[in-house]
Amino acid sequence: MNNITMSRGEKVFSVFNYAFMLLIIVVFLFPFLSVVMTSFVSTEEYLTRTGLILIPKKFDFSAYQMIFKNKMIYSAYGITFFRTIVGTFFQISITTAMAYGLSKDDLPGRKTIQVLLMLCLVFPVQIIPQFLLIKNLGLINSVWAMIFPWMMNIQYVFLMIAFFKQVPASLEEAAIIDGCSHVSIFFRIILPLCLPSVATIALFYAVWHWNSWFDAQMFINDIKLYPMQNLLKRILEVPQLGDIGGGLEDAPLPSESIKGAVIIITSLPMLCLYPFVQKYFVTGFMMGSVKG
Amino acid sequence: MNKIKNRSLWKKITNYKLLYALILPGLIYIIVFRYIPLLGTVVAFKKVPTFATIEQIIAADWVGLYQFQKFVSSHYFWNILGNTFALAGLRMVFEFGAPIILALLMNEIRRVAFKRVVQTISYMPYFISTVVLAGLVFNLLSTQSGIIPDIITKFGGKSIYYLGDVRYFRTVLLSAIIWKNIGWGTIIYLAALSGIDQQLYEAARIDGANRWIQTLKISLPSISFAVIIMFLLRISVVLNQGFEETLLLYSPAVYQVSDIIDTYVYRVGLLQNQASFGAAVGLFKSLLALTLVLGSNYVTKKFSDHSLYG
Repeated sequence: MNNITMSRGEKVFSVFNYAFMLLIIVVFLFPFLSVVMTSFVSTEEYLTRTGLILIPKKFDFSAYQMIFKNKMIYSAYGITFFRTIVGTFFQISITTAMAYGLSKDDLPGRKTIQVLLMLCLVFPVQIIPQFLLIKNLGLINSVWAMIFPWMMNIQYVFLMIAFFKQVPASLEEAAIIDGCSHVSIFFRIILPLCLPSVATIALFYAVWHWNSWFDAQMFINDIKLYPMQNLLKRILEVPQLGDIGGGLEDAPLPSESIKGAVIIITSLPMLCLYPFVQKYFVTGFMMGSVKG
Repeated sequence: MNKIKNRSLWKKITNYKLLYALILPGLIYIIVFRYIPLLGTVVAFKKVPTFATIEQIIAADWVGLYQFQKFVSSHYFWNILGNTFALAGLRMVFEFGAPIILALLMNEIRRVAFKRVVQTISYMPYFISTVVLAGLVFNLLSTQSGIIPDIITKFGGKSIYYLGDVRYFRTVLLSAIIWKNIGWGTIIYLAALSGIDQQLYEAARIDGANRWIQTLKISLPSISFAVIIMFLLRISVVLNQGFEETLLLYSPAVYQVSDIIDTYVYRVGLLQNQASFGAAVGLFKSLLALTLVLGSNYVTKKFSDHSLYG
């Protein structure tokens, strides 16, 4: 490529393309920068200046101090961690177990169960009957309402089936001759062999749990049981923090700084994590689209 | 003969009982949390409030298609249907098209490290929640400190709250959705582009084709299969998307252009205590979505058969 001279038009295009990519980087980073900067602005500064805050005159941490003084943040963080850890554990266990069972072609009834799964994809759950079900199970205002309704992603089951089928049958046959049961084959052979793909699916589930909020919006009314996302939503909706309750009421800060700070602490764990996990996500996503 | 067959089947089943034990939790899950709500859709043909108990639901009178007639004849009907299809249509054009163009442009970057940086940064919004997305939009559009009203006033425009304005709401919503999904959307196309044989480009260059021609005649045709498959996959789910973003960003001031079937179901069904009416509207949407699913599956099948054998 380098030893071929570019025409004038191509050079112009190249320059524009690089400039455009730089613009793209700015467009992706700027919203975060803006929120970070807003979160460091003090009351006095916010009231005296108008317009864009690119860099505050003085970095003021009182928005963060105020948030971390509030007990609600800790309980919301706790709920988010609970649903992410426990929820992902349930999801990955149920998904892999079911996929392993269904990866055996000669299992009687396998086809029927797969059709049942397919139909779930064709008829997505509607919110009203789902709400009635959760209500009648007595799960309103229970943390389990954030875990039970979505314990399995059907597409991931089919993906896992495809992974498990790649494991050579001879390995399992040898294990059976050695007296292994299907359960111990699953735990001792299949899961360790497929660990990379199982971990990738678990990551997908964990990010989903961390970012979910609509289930809690429907099923949780008690603010003490709110995960971070729902607390953030609540804070974003309140124009002034006066009526949020729980100790934030004597807030002398502009709500914009508080909102910015809460946005940052809600998304920071994911933003720190994603550069390290994105390559697993990309491979997982590619495998999904090739197989699916 | 039959008996022996039955016996061997029975033996097989007992052999596999541990496998069934592994399948069981998932099976119980889909029956309780997927199929029972499906059965529960019958409330659309009854009249029950949102906080109804099972007994009340069973005891409630059947009202036939009353709830559907109520929806179709309500003065919201055409507006909501129009908004739903407008959002779906805009997404199918802009949100679907944007990653293709971005992937083609990224593919022209020859510096691998720089390309990787752009890619990684563009994936970032995929990992944040829609609530954080809404927070970022509120921050950028804040009439007091947002950058966008600031730029517009610098150029002599008037500072208005764009999310509360019927003229701009859709643009804002669509931009936010594209911002969140464009980077992730490039993955498939970049993979398809990286699979192209470099000799094709070399041959084209020798024949005097410039990069624009190469893109038009080599890159674009090479990803066209991926584009068509992605299009068909997208169109089958497009009516189920955009709900969270809309719910977070809209307000009564812009219902006229933003209220889609999903948000309407949520409001009437859960907030206004009309579970049956909400379920009926939801079922109506499901039927629309089902036609799209079946239609696109049919076309996909035709298309992949054709491309396999043709």
